[in-house]
Amino acid sequence: MDQILVNLQLLAQFPVVNIKIILDGIMIGALFALAAYGLALVWGVMNVKNLAQGDFVIAGGYVAWYLAGLGLHPLLGVPVAFVLLWVIGWVCYKLVISRVIERDLFTSLLATFGLAIMLAQIMNLLFGSDTQSVDLDMDTLYFFDGFVDIPIAKLIGVLMAAALATGVILFMKNSRMGQAIRATAQDARAARVLGIDTEKVYAFTFSLNAAICGAAGAIIVMVWVIQPFYGITHSVRAFVIVTAAGLGNLPGVIAAGLGIGALEQYGAMIFGIGYQQAIAVMLLLLVLVFRLVQQRRKRQVLQ
Amino acid sequence: MRPAFQLASVLFAASAFFVAPSAHAEDCGEIHLGSAISLTGKYATNGIHAKNGYEFAIEKIKEAGGIKMGDACYNFKVTYYDDESKGDRGATLAERLINQDKVQYMLGPYSSGLTKAIAPVTEKYQIPMVEAEGASRSLFNKGYKYLFAVLSTSEQYLASAITLAAEKAQENGKDPSSVKVAVAVENDPFSLDIRAGILDDAARYDMKVVIDEKLPRDLSDMSAILTKVKLIKPDVLVVSGHSKGAATAVRQIDEMQVKVPMIALTHCEAADVTGKFGDAANDLLCATQWAETLTYEDEIFGSAANYEQEFKAAYTEYETKSVPYQTAQASAAVYVFADAFERAGTMDKEAIRDAIAATDLSTFYGQIKFSEFGNNIAKPMVLRQIQDGKYNVVAPSAFASHPLNWPRN
Repeated sequence: MDQILVNLQLLAQFPVVNIKIILDGIMIGALFALAAYGLALVWGVMNVKNLAQGDFVIAGGYVAWYLAGLGLHPLLGVPVAFVLLWVIGWVCYKLVISRVIERDLFTSLLATFGLAIMLAQIMNLLFGSDTQSVDLDMDTLYFFDGFVDIPIAKLIGVLMAAALATGVILFMKNSRMGQAIRATAQDARAARVLGIDTEKVYAFTFSLNAAICGAAGAIIVMVWVIQPFYGITHSVRAFVIVTAAGLGNLPGVIAAGLGIGALEQYGAMIFGIGYQQAIAVMLLLLVLVFRLVQQRRKRQVLQ
Repeated sequence: MRPAFQLASVLFAASAFFVAPSAHAEDCGEIHLGSAISLTGKYATNGIHAKNGYEFAIEKIKEAGGIKMGDACYNFKVTYYDDESKGDRGATLAERLINQDKVQYMLGPYSSGLTKAIAPVTEKYQIPMVEAEGASRSLFNKGYKYLFAVLSTSEQYLASAITLAAEKAQENGKDPSSVKVAVAVENDPFSLDIRAGILDDAARYDMKVVIDEKLPRDLSDMSAILTKVKLIKPDVLVVSGHSKGAATAVRQIDEMQVKVPMIALTHCEAADVTGKFGDAANDLLCATQWAETLTYEDEIFGSAANYEQEFKAAYTEYETKSVPYQTAQASAAVYVFADAFERAGTMDKEAIRDAIAATDLSTFYGQIKFSEFGNNIAKPMVLRQIQDGKYNVVAPSAFASHPLNWPRN
């Protein structure tokens, strides 16, 4: 309790810290949102709760790390990871996911959990279990006498999250495949009756999800460290963000990501860093309780 | 000399040559050891380092003529199983080694957690286990009789940093009690022991602990702690969070331009902080159980420097990097067994246990002498500082090869 009071005093004594926390939160939240973006699509369109989400992120990180090891510029990892993870996502869809669509929740959770373990073990065999990271080797920007810092890699993450959100929303609205995805998400059977190849839509959506995760991972490896078994951390946060944002709400995913990032940073500053992830999970529980209460009220009004 | 006598002499000499016990290690008998160790999973890298250390020592003992027991000689043979870095699997495999493979002596796994899982099994079956990779002091307060550890326990890992900070304060005409200490450690048994050691030492000098935070296991960002460090300006910052914690700390300390006169970490080598972060890692203090520059030596491995040289020649994958202390201590564990077998002169496991308990051995890894609880009480921890990308020993001062760079820029 004493420590919490000391931390609150620090926040009050140094107002600039609040700016730093908000900026840190936004930058970290943008990276969370990137990893969650594809999950919102897969969950909304295919009703698959993909527990391998974080493992796709880590795989993207390894692609960037491997390329950097070959002497290529780290940022080249972003497009390469996007393409490579698209292919990996398509293979995973054909081998595993296509068999669990329209099956019960337990089956899809079990299948994607198996996929997560398999991906982690493959990465472990290929790259070993050491933690890895990539140094972007670009200067950090400093403001307020060096008290507020913006590492370029994190800034790229924010810009990428914004570009991706805009790109996906425009794609959904304006392209034929985007419209087919929306139609399938609303009613797959009706979409099939109208001549939409839902199998193709599902394969495209899952591959796109993996590709977005891959690109996110290529950025994340420049900000944090990766290891084959760290996928679960990103999966948990992706689920929290999508649940908080609501299904199909792509701008909401970005907003929820940024919000959770900022809340985690404030929580870590006030209560201690050990509570950082507990705050995200608490938020998830609060959102779920709030939603349940709302649903009950709606039902009562209808009755 | 008559021809018949000559022939008899030649035949006698020839028969003596074939019948007499051979001094060649290839002709020695076998002592069967067992080990469940992490060859896959999150501890695989260090698990493989440890296995390589075991195998290198076995080969060196074989080259030296094996373990002499009376007129006979023996070599070690180890049955390894992969515990996949999981405690429950480690315990199951230990049962299998003892019950199915009939192993009577065990080498330890990697990490305190895995040792904690396996030690109750070896204790139940009264199997002597010499371990080299479990440093948590909580392993040695349970009254185990068959567990022995060659390494220093974890509370000693970074305690020298506090002593160094006190020395530097005195050199600058300040009272050691004026030193402000910041601690950020992972919430696991190993790092919590390190924290306990730091807090004990800080209390000894009456230093003030201004930050005392526990890092989550899935730590990805330390900026909240480092922001507090920038505000409070401690004199010493201690971080322990395995390789993820070390890498995250070094990267963010550099990014956020955190200026602390002394920063001490664990797992610098495992995180390859010099390789990944270059100059950003300079002047960091890193805890180590062993260094090749130390003046330890023995009959089998020679000096610490010789161990490093020969190990690198045998395992070429280490050519371009430092030999990890995890490897050296694994070799030392095998040496302890060899020494115990020679002194006991029997295969009886109770006699071996007693011989291990009575160990007082000088090795390339340092002095080894066990307390009644099984931990090594004869070897100090070493603190190295990264100076121009090289790990140089700076504490304790008796073993220091280089002066300390202080304050850190």
